[in-house]
Amino acid sequence: MSAAIETLWTRKHLLGLEDLSADEINTILKTAASLKEVSLRPIKKVPALRGKTIVNLFFEPSTRTRTSFELAAKRLSADTINIASSSSSLTKGETIIDTVNNLEALKVDAFVVRHASAGVPNLIAQHARASVINAGDGAHEHPTQALLDLFTIQEHRKKIAGLKVSIIGDISHSRVARSNIWGLTKLGAEVTVCAPPTLLPVEIERMGVQVTHDANEAVENADVLMLLRIQHERQETQLIPGIREYRLRYGIDAQRLEKAKPDLLIMHPGPVNRGVELDSFAADGKSSVILDQVTNGVAVRMAVLYLVIGAPEGTPLEGAVV
Amino acid sequence: MNRAAAKPGLLMDAQAIRRSLVRIAHEIIERNKGVQDLALIGIRTRGAVLAQRLAQEIAAIDQHEVEVGILDITLYRDDFSRVAPNPIVHETDIKFDITNKRLVLVDDVLFTGRTIRAALNALHDFGRSKCIQLAVLVDRGHRELPIRADFVGKNVPTQFSDRIRVQLEDTDEIECVKLELSGGAV
Repeated sequence: MSAAIETLWTRKHLLGLEDLSADEINTILKTAASLKEVSLRPIKKVPALRGKTIVNLFFEPSTRTRTSFELAAKRLSADTINIASSSSSLTKGETIIDTVNNLEALKVDAFVVRHASAGVPNLIAQHARASVINAGDGAHEHPTQALLDLFTIQEHRKKIAGLKVSIIGDISHSRVARSNIWGLTKLGAEVTVCAPPTLLPVEIERMGVQVTHDANEAVENADVLMLLRIQHERQETQLIPGIREYRLRYGIDAQRLEKAKPDLLIMHPGPVNRGVELDSFAADGKSSVILDQVTNGVAVRMAVLYLVIGAPEGTPLEGAVV
Repeated sequence: MNRAAAKPGLLMDAQAIRRSLVRIAHEIIERNKGVQDLALIGIRTRGAVLAQRLAQEIAAIDQHEVEVGILDITLYRDDFSRVAPNPIVHETDIKFDITNKRLVLVDDVLFTGRTIRAALNALHDFGRSKCIQLAVLVDRGHRELPIRADFVGKNVPTQFSDRIRVQLEDTDEIECVKLELSGGAV
């Protein structure tokens, strides 16, 4: 057990991995490893957050992330409330800040926020006394997804440093890709992003990654392959000529995997578009750790909730860009 | 100052610790009429080390292996919101079913009893054991809850502000039990 991992947690919010140090990321992963065991018990519950109230504030539809956060909160004995924008006063014209202030008046301890616009969790963190956890904001960050990806890689490979990770898919619109690039590079992995030029942000190299447009090259040297969902809307906006062409050039199928390392890990944040970015052969094959990612998501979110809600008072804006 | 407490300094050396553990191992076997259905649960960190050693002593005496589990009680503390920054969570590792087992909970020092309270709550979540007994290396008094030990290495009268420092080879490289005053003077 190294001394570095014992670094104490002081952040009240988790808004992105860009702000975190490698030590802080390791503290979350270490805590998640300890908490994973709780979900294997006959009684899957510990009293650590008894009496705390957590609000899932989802301005964008989500099933797996919301369910995962809700289970994480419940396994720590916290009370949870789910608010979806479609059924809240936001449809009556209330501002986000007013909604948050009203919820705070009900004495809640944490907000788990998802929004289609980048920066909304940060905005809420500036106004809230409660902790704020980013559950995905626009194309900015989705820190808990990247943390569960890091956790899953570490579980299978015992390390992150030195691994070659290729991320293939719609990098431009992906908060998952951004959070993963921050997390992986901080922990010493070598990251390659692979996509058609239209789905790659300009100057993405400045985040410390390699760029390729050749999927075979991305697969060949990789220890880990992360696929991203290709949304059908991208075809309508003419960023890709067609789903079929994308599949031919970037889809992961049996043929493309022939040149892969035998111990390759295949990951996907879900939901998978089978037959587009990933064939069933690969999604269900021995290399796939997609369902491990889902299982680990609960442990990682338990760790994040435990750490931020337990953070000491007096650091209300830590991690928020004011 | 009128101290009705033990003097600061060395309370137990390596040999004294070993003798206490051998005696406790005998007492555990005697009390439970053998090792049938017996299992040891060590409380992290030093209780876990002591539980492993007790298991070895019991095996040496009775020729039977007893199962050993490790319990981390961080998630069951009653001072979660008052301890800052928050304590590190370590893994709980109990690989066997505790239902109908005779459990011996093992810790290094028994003080207020709050750690044991947390451990009892935690064990309750793993199933219904037949009974739970408590073994500690040092009982220093000042209980805040109705809890007592079944097996004690050494009873040490202390002031509330004193500190008992248990060091074991596995975790600390040296092996001894010391009493330190609150001011740090020894």
